[in-house]
Amino acid sequence: MKKNSWFVTIATTLGFAFLYIPIISLIIFSFNKSKLVTVWAGFSTKWYAKLLNDPQILGAAWISLKIAFLSASLALILGTLGALVLVRFRRFHGKSLLSGMITAPLVMPDVIIGLSLLLLFVGMEAMFGWPAGRGLTTIVIAHTTFCMAYVAVVVQSRLVDMDESLEEAALDLGAKPTRVFFDITLPVIAPALVSGWLLSFTLSLDDLVIASFVSGPGASTLPMVIFSKVRLGVSPDINALATIIIVVVAIGVVIASTQMKPKKVS
Amino acid sequence: MDTPQKIANGAKPWIEQAETPFIRISNLTKKFGEFTAVDNITLDIYREELFCLLGGSGCGKSTLLRMLAGFENPTSGRVEIDGQDMANVPAYARPTNMMFQSYALFPHMTVEKNVAYGLMRDGVSKSDAADQVADMLNLVQLSEFAKRKPEQLSGGQRQRVALARSLIKKPKLLLLDEPLGALDKKLREETQFELINIQESLGVTFIVVTHDQEEAMTLSTRIGVMDQGEIVQVGEPHEVYEFPQTRFVADFIGSVNIFEGRVSADATDYVRIHSQEGDCDIHVSHGVSCTENQKLWFAIRPEKLTISREKPRGKFNFVKGVIDEIAYQGNLSVYRIKLASGKIVRVTKSNRARHDGDAFSWDDNVYVSWDEAAGVVLAQ
Repeated sequence: MKKNSWFVTIATTLGFAFLYIPIISLIIFSFNKSKLVTVWAGFSTKWYAKLLNDPQILGAAWISLKIAFLSASLALILGTLGALVLVRFRRFHGKSLLSGMITAPLVMPDVIIGLSLLLLFVGMEAMFGWPAGRGLTTIVIAHTTFCMAYVAVVVQSRLVDMDESLEEAALDLGAKPTRVFFDITLPVIAPALVSGWLLSFTLSLDDLVIASFVSGPGASTLPMVIFSKVRLGVSPDINALATIIIVVVAIGVVIASTQMKPKKVS
Repeated sequence: MDTPQKIANGAKPWIEQAETPFIRISNLTKKFGEFTAVDNITLDIYREELFCLLGGSGCGKSTLLRMLAGFENPTSGRVEIDGQDMANVPAYARPTNMMFQSYALFPHMTVEKNVAYGLMRDGVSKSDAADQVADMLNLVQLSEFAKRKPEQLSGGQRQRVALARSLIKKPKLLLLDEPLGALDKKLREETQFELINIQESLGVTFIVVTHDQEEAMTLSTRIGVMDQGEIVQVGEPHEVYEFPQTRFVADFIGSVNIFEGRVSADATDYVRIHSQEGDCDIHVSHGVSCTENQKLWFAIRPEKLTISREKPRGKFNFVKGVIDEIAYQGNLSVYRIKLASGKIVRVTKSNRARHDGDAFSWDDNVYVSWDEAAGVVLAQ
């Protein structure tokens, strides 16, 4: 094998260092004994213990997970339906406009999405009394709206690649159209559905701006809690929380990549 | 009802007037917007036939096949299979199965599951289905690959899985869209004969779409040649080859030399044509319905021409030219001979001897002659 040139080696090292040094330092400082974030005073796991006894953080984490799960699942269903319409249906009036519009939330600033949804929710409450107040429900709706766009894009590209004669073959062998969808279409686009769901789940967990707009009392997500704590000064228990999240995400990524890898031809 | 004679035994139901056709296509038309893909086709196909629809790309052959399968709705006209009108029968309820050009094997199922899919949809019991699948895989010689996924198979194996899957429900009619198109030449030739054997042993009626005229000739009982959405000629392979009705058919199937000319003498038992571009007089030993001085075309296949150095006897049926190009192809040689008018005539000569001492060479002056019954006179 050809040896890599010094340029490639250095560029790779610098690139990865740039990406991972902040994360590594965060993990190291989560085991710091000192209360001061930047001064190392010996190894300790006390911040983890403190974290596990902090009802505010735990509650916010639970709310975030619930919201992420619900909105990812709803976005998966709605986004898949949207993609199916855009790919499979014969040209109809306004099809290209629609397919452009479905991707708009991807490029729209969060502030605008958040603000417009807030206005919508307030207006709806004034008109038909639902959703009553703002909280978990409104965040789920808001997250579903923008996650749906991501799911639609991911599923759409998979559907375009799918050989339509697969569906015709199943139809030809006696399967009715709904049966064809569940027997053939769904399994073939399954990888896209999984990645669409995971993407939505992470986007929802990650979101601070939109959630801040449409949230109400008693429904603070984890990013909101972390952000408000950090404003009062960075405390080491946030480092511990961040480390836990990184570990969970890393495990998730490893599992996903081993599961999704195409099987080797024997 | 007396059982009709088997096509495999040499019967030709399309000649017998008494036979009822198994598939009747009448005045079938399909338009996509302004474009007419299939233009008013009427065609009868008989039980146990292996019928080939032959034509170039975009001639409408695949659209016709898809209308038979139920994937496209005809704009007008009628399809009848075994006496049953197919107008309101959806694809999943038709007594037809299709083998797709891309094979369309379900990538997430094993070979076994792929083949069993049709049976499961019909509610056949698991054990019955397993037996039938085993038999079918045996027939296509894939028993040892039953547990594999399609991606673990070669092109030829996939082709056989697709065939097995489309045959498992014992359809009345099997539609094959370019069934051998993805295989290399050698494998294609072997598979052609396998396909004929399977078709004859199961007695299923086949309609095959192909653009490969050699494949159509080898496989079919009859060929329907299509051009621009219409069927231009239907006939047995040798009829289509030796008695083409139009210049399109003559030119599309095999290679051919066509001389344009005018009728110089018209009698009941012969006709004579003078061709300007060939600078020759053509004598054809049978009557042709034509009028004096009418414009006609004389078509003759390259293998029916003879090259000689000496001038042939008589006044008719030869042209004079210079050898412009020789292509040696092993079993035969193709000579391109340039006439004085600039027209090129193709002649093929089989290489019977390993060493031909008297071989023709470039720039030789030669005569090309033919028998008075060797060519066809075409009016269009």
